[in-house]
Amino acid sequence: MNKNLKEQVLRSSGVNVLKCMRCGKCSGTCPSYDEMEYHPHQFVYMVEKGDIETLMKSESIYKCLTCFACVDRCPRGVQPAKVVEAVRLAAVRQQDGNRLSADQIPSLLDEDLPQQAIVTAMRKYAK
Amino acid sequence: METFTYYPGCTLRTKAKDLDTYARASAEALGIALEEPADWQCCGGAYTTARDEIATKLSAVRTLNSAKEQGRALITVCSACHNVIKQTNYDISRDEDMAMKVNNYLQLPEPYAGETTVYHYLEMLRDVVGFDKLKEKVVAPLKGVKIAAYYGCLLLRPSAALAMDDPENPTIMEDFIRAIGATPVIYAQRNECCGGYITLEDKSQAAKRSGAVMGSAKDQGADMLITACPLCLYNLKKNSGSDLPVYYFTEILAQALGLKEGNDE
Ligand code: SF4
Ligand code: SF4
Repeated sequence: MNKNLKEQVLRSSGVNVLKCMRCGKCSGTCPSYDEMEYHPHQFVYMVEKGDIETLMKSESIYKCLTCFACVDRCPRGVQPAKVVEAVRLAAVRQQDGNRLSADQIPSLLDEDLPQQAIVTAMRKYAK
Repeated sequence: METFTYYPGCTLRTKAKDLDTYARASAEALGIALEEPADWQCCGGAYTTARDEIATKLSAVRTLNSAKEQGRALITVCSACHNVIKQTNYDISRDEDMAMKVNNYLQLPEPYAGETTVYHYLEMLRDVVGFDKLKEKVVAPLKGVKIAAYYGCLLLRPSAALAMDDPENPTIMEDFIRAIGATPVIYAQRNECCGGYITLEDKSQAAKRSGAVMGSAKDQGADMLITACPLCLYNLKKNSGSDLPVYYFTEILAQALGLKEGNDE
């Protein structure tokens, strides 16, 4: 367990992971459930345990669509999406941690793709 | 004529011109003047919820503050811009640490603390114009057309910050559809995500999500689907594999107001 990473994720997300009652509703409503190795309720639990590096290495951090369904539907107001975001930021902020670089963008474009998709991806995948 | 500050955002200048053009034309016909702030910047597309992120929030604060300086409410139309600006406004009025850092950076004549009222264009139709009034202005009602309103995620959530409508049982778009003479179609996936930006790296996930949305609308007998979001429109048209027509809500608004020819798809 990495205490500094746990502290960073807790502060950055502003989430009190101890409020979670492990009902799994966040994961039940998550549109990316099938694509995720670790599901929203597991993020909350693993952050509580301080197991941040496992999450940082998982593709799951790039599968969250930031749809805020888990935030609105959690009966305890835990806001799991904020935990996922804080872990993702911990990963992309590391040295050489960028998932996406500006030179990769042209190959991803098609004539209809809105700019919005690119700026959003740059926010999610790079620093 | 009531004047509002209007924030179009980057995509409405490029790939989503129809969303913008018909928003402006319809507002004018409804007696609403929209004025862009002088030097607006892209909102960034997604709100960064992290409390230790400051730079990613500055653009939205600049936009909010320029409306404040003009003494006006702010109108947005793209769902993503709306979400970013609304969440920024919500957080800056509650998170003192963030407000302090943002204001220390921006050095505005007067610190910004969330004073601006933000309306999505749909809220402007409901709360400023009024759906009854809109109905009176309709010259070409879309009689008999069954329209599925697609909220997606960005217009409704997180509901504490967005505060547009009931996040699980919204009515604003259905009321809009009724006001222009058409029939709303209620379907299960109307407030679930289309896949969003995941299309850049995982087409199959985008296909799965947008396919589920379109399938759900079609099963309930929709003739078309409307959205306020350029990325939703993209996913639903290009990734869903469905042939159900998708339009911006401003296109059918302009059509009902007699400002645009009907869609012949
Ligand atoms: S919905 Fe809330 S309380 Fe339930 S498992 Fe998820 S975070 Fe915990
Ligand atoms: S915000 Fe992310 S983790 Fe939460 S329900 Fe949506 S996709 Fe899943």
